[in-house]
Amino acid sequence: MTISEKIPKLLKLTGESENTMNTNVINRRYFLSKFSQGAACLAAIASFPGLALAEWNKLAFGAEALDQAIAERYPDLAIEDSDAITLKVPAIAENGAVVPVSVKTDMADVKSISLFVEKNPTPLSATFYLTPVNVADVSIRLRMGETSNLIALVEAGGKLHRVQQEVKVTIGGCGG
Amino acid sequence: MKIKAKVKGDAVAVKMLINHAMETGRRKDESGQLIPAHYINEVVAKYQGAVVFSAHMGTAVSKDPYLSFAFKGGVSGESISVTWVDSHGETETKEAIIK
Repeated sequence: MTISEKIPKLLKLTGESENTMNTNVINRRYFLSKFSQGAACLAAIASFPGLALAEWNKLAFGAEALDQAIAERYPDLAIEDSDAITLKVPAIAENGAVVPVSVKTDMADVKSISLFVEKNPTPLSATFYLTPVNVADVSIRLRMGETSNLIALVEAGGKLHRVQQEVKVTIGGCGG
Repeated sequence: MKIKAKVKGDAVAVKMLINHAMETGRRKDESGQLIPAHYINEVVAKYQGAVVFSAHMGTAVSKDPYLSFAFKGGVSGESISVTWVDSHGETETKEAIIK
């Protein structure tokens, strides 16, 4: 129901006749109040200078399949396997809630590094944005729901460089 | 949030540990109700006003996130600041002196 449909109903509820009030005025006020709320919102975002280098990618983080997550994260970038990246993950993770992951490379001009857990409900776990002063050496702890491939994509030189490794998750921490 | 920054060779190694529940939105409470998602989605580190690292995170990051990165050009005795923002708009900023 639009606001102009709501107004006559509201007027009936308050016992006022539709004809005695100028609905155009109400519409204009409603519009102005909404507009000023929007403007306040924009001002709040603008007052966070430099906080967001890139927008948090809702479609990529929400994607439920690995291919889709990669396509949303890095549209139009070719992927090739690389042996110039060191991906350090445990071969067996007794506790899937805390899986240490680290990625390191000597590749030049690394723009970003993204981590994907293939069998998680949403595979994209994290993206690190590197600047020219960074050394490409990052680590984080991730959750893994079950045994799965863990994929690291390194964006450098207009391409994606891939390395992956399987992590066995033993639920319950029995060490089997 | 705890931050440790230390000069290692020609770079500064930065480690941080953030206290946050990182609720995925898939976990249930004792009465069987889903606990709404509430997680950190952005972390930004700055050195002398310039961004030296940032990360976007999803719900697969462990509870009480641990992150580390390294950057060149940092000097011992100067400070580095880290800010995180979560999916509810809550935020925290903290500074640490580089050792």
